[in-house]
Amino acid sequence: MTTQAEPKLSVRNLWKIYGTNPKRLVSGDFQTMTHAERLEHARENRHFVAAADINFDIYEGQIFVIMGLSGSGKSTVLRAISRLDEPTAGQVFFDGTDLMAASPKELTELRRRKMGMVFQSFGLLPHLDVLDNVAFPLRAQGQPRDKRLARAREMIELVGLDGKEHSYPHQLSGGQQQRVGIARSLAVEPELWFLDEPFSALDPLIRSQMQDEFLRLQKQLHKTIVFVTHDFLEALKLADKICIMKDGEIVQIGTPADIVLRPANDYVMEFIGDVPLAHVLRAGDVMSPPWTDGETHPTVPRDAILEEAIKLFDDSTETVDVTDEHGKILGSLHPLEVIRSLYHDDPEHAH
Amino acid sequence: MSTFTRGFATSCLKTWPWLIVLILTAILLTQRTEFPQIVAYPEAWTLPIAEAVSAAMDGLVEWVQHTARAISGGLNVAFSAVQWLLIGAPWLASVSLFALIAWQGGGWRLALLTFVLLLYVLTSGYWVPAMNTLSLVLVALPLSVLIGFGLGYLGYRSHRARQAIMPLLDLMQTVPAFAYLIPILLLFGFGPVVGLIASVVFAVPPMVRNTILGLQNIPPAVLESARMSGCSRRQQFSWVEFPAALPQMLVGVNQTTMAALSMVIIAAIIGGFNDIGWAVLSAMRKAQFGQSLLSGAVIVILAVLLDRISAAYAARQLPTSSFCGLPLRRFALVFVAILAVTMLAGYLFPVLHDWPAWLTYSPAQAINEATTQFVRAYGDLMAAVKNGMQFFLLLPVKLGVERAIVPFTWGITFTPAAKVAYWVIALAGCAVAFGLSWWRAGVAILVLAGVIYFGTTGLPWLTVLLLISLVAYQVSGPGLALFAGGSVAFLLITGLWEPAMISVYLCSVAVFLCIVFGGLIGIWAASSEAVSGIIRPINDMLQTLPQFVLLIPALMLFQVGDFTALLAIIAYAIVPMIRYTEQGLRMVPKTLIDVGRSCGCSAWQLFWQVRLPQALPQILVGINQTILYGLGMLVIAALVGTTGLGQAIFVALGEANAGAGLVAGLGMALIAMTTDRILQAVIPG
Repeated sequence: MTTQAEPKLSVRNLWKIYGTNPKRLVSGDFQTMTHAERLEHARENRHFVAAADINFDIYEGQIFVIMGLSGSGKSTVLRAISRLDEPTAGQVFFDGTDLMAASPKELTELRRRKMGMVFQSFGLLPHLDVLDNVAFPLRAQGQPRDKRLARAREMIELVGLDGKEHSYPHQLSGGQQQRVGIARSLAVEPELWFLDEPFSALDPLIRSQMQDEFLRLQKQLHKTIVFVTHDFLEALKLADKICIMKDGEIVQIGTPADIVLRPANDYVMEFIGDVPLAHVLRAGDVMSPPWTDGETHPTVPRDAILEEAIKLFDDSTETVDVTDEHGKILGSLHPLEVIRSLYHDDPEHAH
Repeated sequence: MSTFTRGFATSCLKTWPWLIVLILTAILLTQRTEFPQIVAYPEAWTLPIAEAVSAAMDGLVEWVQHTARAISGGLNVAFSAVQWLLIGAPWLASVSLFALIAWQGGGWRLALLTFVLLLYVLTSGYWVPAMNTLSLVLVALPLSVLIGFGLGYLGYRSHRARQAIMPLLDLMQTVPAFAYLIPILLLFGFGPVVGLIASVVFAVPPMVRNTILGLQNIPPAVLESARMSGCSRRQQFSWVEFPAALPQMLVGVNQTTMAALSMVIIAAIIGGFNDIGWAVLSAMRKAQFGQSLLSGAVIVILAVLLDRISAAYAARQLPTSSFCGLPLRRFALVFVAILAVTMLAGYLFPVLHDWPAWLTYSPAQAINEATTQFVRAYGDLMAAVKNGMQFFLLLPVKLGVERAIVPFTWGITFTPAAKVAYWVIALAGCAVAFGLSWWRAGVAILVLAGVIYFGTTGLPWLTVLLLISLVAYQVSGPGLALFAGGSVAFLLITGLWEPAMISVYLCSVAVFLCIVFGGLIGIWAASSEAVSGIIRPINDMLQTLPQFVLLIPALMLFQVGDFTALLAIIAYAIVPMIRYTEQGLRMVPKTLIDVGRSCGCSAWQLFWQVRLPQALPQILVGINQTILYGLGMLVIAALVGTTGLGQAIFVALGEANAGAGLVAGLGMALIAMTTDRILQAVIPG
């Protein structure tokens, strides 16, 4: 993605520590210590570091996926950014202003206007029907009833739940409930969209459907998104950028192709082991400079997955050209390189 | 043989503290004829705690009397207003409006039930006392609900407040209500307001508990989504927390209603007010069983109606409910309309205002005669049952076989040879158990043999003190041991030892029978839908009824005495045992049973090795509840003439002796809390 623009959301030196007195732990010498010393310092004082020195930038319209196993600190980071849990130290800049310095009143205002969040367990209000659930954040904003219900209807239509306006949460399936959760989080037209394992509680088939829906919505809406998941394939499918976490620390940040082609260490390698790379890598990720031999080659768009590109090779075709959205040739694919990129245990590509 | 001796040795090693206590007990018991103070705690070692409490109470009364009297005056006004409405209005108005309220909660069937049952109350001739009782409940209820909600919300918001509130609730529910009737009496003066205040105190805990439960059970994601929607604290409360917790809080209102009713009726014991509890009590005292049964039936009707209606409102609030009654404003409109029409009708036609005398019907006399005839016909049989239970179960536990086996009761003498044989068998049993490494069983055999031999009232107090502390220590640790030992010590130094042990005796026999029969019924109900279908409404009934009512049939058949009290206690305390046993067995996951089947378990093995172990935690909870219910009922059963702490409280009530009543009540509560905590520590999970 573009790096010239100002990031929409930047996280700087974010720490979340649990224990008897985390604030005292990070005061004093903590600033001057090395990273390893800080972790050791916390362990000695019997504090638990849930998130250690987290730094990343997210740009407007980007889907930033934080991926990690349970206990890796991925949700901790999201909850600290949204200040559902107060971080122990660090800053979060949203359009250049520090969220951590926001007063409770300002924070309430930000949440009412600029943020939306989707929860793993949906968090629907059991006593309200779908319509009122979706309209709930607008009610908190103080919008008049007619206006907020009209907006809620739009959102319900957007997520494909028309006809269910007057159902109650307990009458809906899990997938439908999460659609309500998504509609609710979008009702205020947030600039920042937080999703905390939104599809983890759903069946695999529904999950895959919802992922496609999510991508469709994002194409329409262009939100800036922080998406938390423990599912590596989900991360690869959805992310513009992935941040892999382990034991409270960031292991690697990169595009899905970066992660797959250049895993930072063995831990990341382990995840890649199960990945059908031909589905994940795109033509643009593995192409080499344009091959100009005077002949015309079959072309694929740069965001086509490799599996599609491979189908174009045959006995007489040894080169496939990769094009951008305007049809301009960006580079070429050669069978040997494609095969090599699909071998992720190739030592050359392990680094 | 070597494994046997090794098992024996390890058992002895593991149980050395028990063995020391038991040996010490044996030594003490050999000296008991010379030093009677070994068994009977000497009066000289008691402290005048009751007197001190009385004196403190006097001081308190003087200090806050004016405030207290002002409160009582205020409550009296509220109460009189409700009473005037219920009794002064035409009966047609009262009955119609109650039916309307029932309809708004649960629809036509409930409205019809209300209408018909209230017509019966009119017919029975107990309308005025019933409405007096209802007025008290209706004034106590909003107070309890508001106080309970306030405390519950406080406990939900502040961890520290919750830590202070929870033990207070335990105390409010385990100290027998009779005990705090006295200070309320002293503070607020005579009259129906005493019952009102007592029932507020008694009815607050369920509201607090359900409020906290309802609020705590809101899924965190729901609260967080409210925060992320930018709700202010106040919005979060009124839009999210309150409505999400409402169904559970209405369950609390239901329980609070029943507790208030129960207490209002119990408070009738202080007398001086024409309510339905008093109607039962005075009839019982005059041995008019027909009248007490009929007025008891009116209590049952009140209980059923209050329960059904408040439960209907609670059920209506669930999102799954389809019935929602009228919108509030239209309901108010209909209410006023019916009120106006029925009032007018009542004033135009006196028949609709005062229930005519020729429409009342009381079969009291007939019931009395039938009872007399029944007793005449089956008196011998019933006396045989009663004596059998008394001679072979109650007396041995109370006095020990040592004193209970005499020619008059058992028809034999407990010869020295038989006594030696008794102990040889007990010791041998213990030795075998030790050898098999069942050291818990071995200790249990010895302790049980001792209790049955000497009786609960014949044990050295030091032994009881040490054994209970030891049990508490082993199941939990020094904290609970201190609490348990402290409780026993409290009973000792306040001079309540003897009545306390009598209470313990009666309660343990009742609980034992409840566990055996309740457990069996529960197992049966778990295996048969038909049985379960029959048992459930009976259980509901026994639990909804004010405890007081259960005394009536027992008293009719068996007159005053320990056995009657025992029956009444069992009738009340067996319910949780049945319920939890059935529930525990039914909750065993089906996969586990399938696993057992596929391993080739017989039905018998399936029960003992799969279902029972799985259900055990639930069953233990049931036993715990049964004990608490038994102790609660014990005090009320003292009305039909058992001795013990319950009677001590009644005597204090009669003398308006606040100190004695409170101390005895606290003693009762300590027994309940000690057993509760020990069992809680045993229950896994």
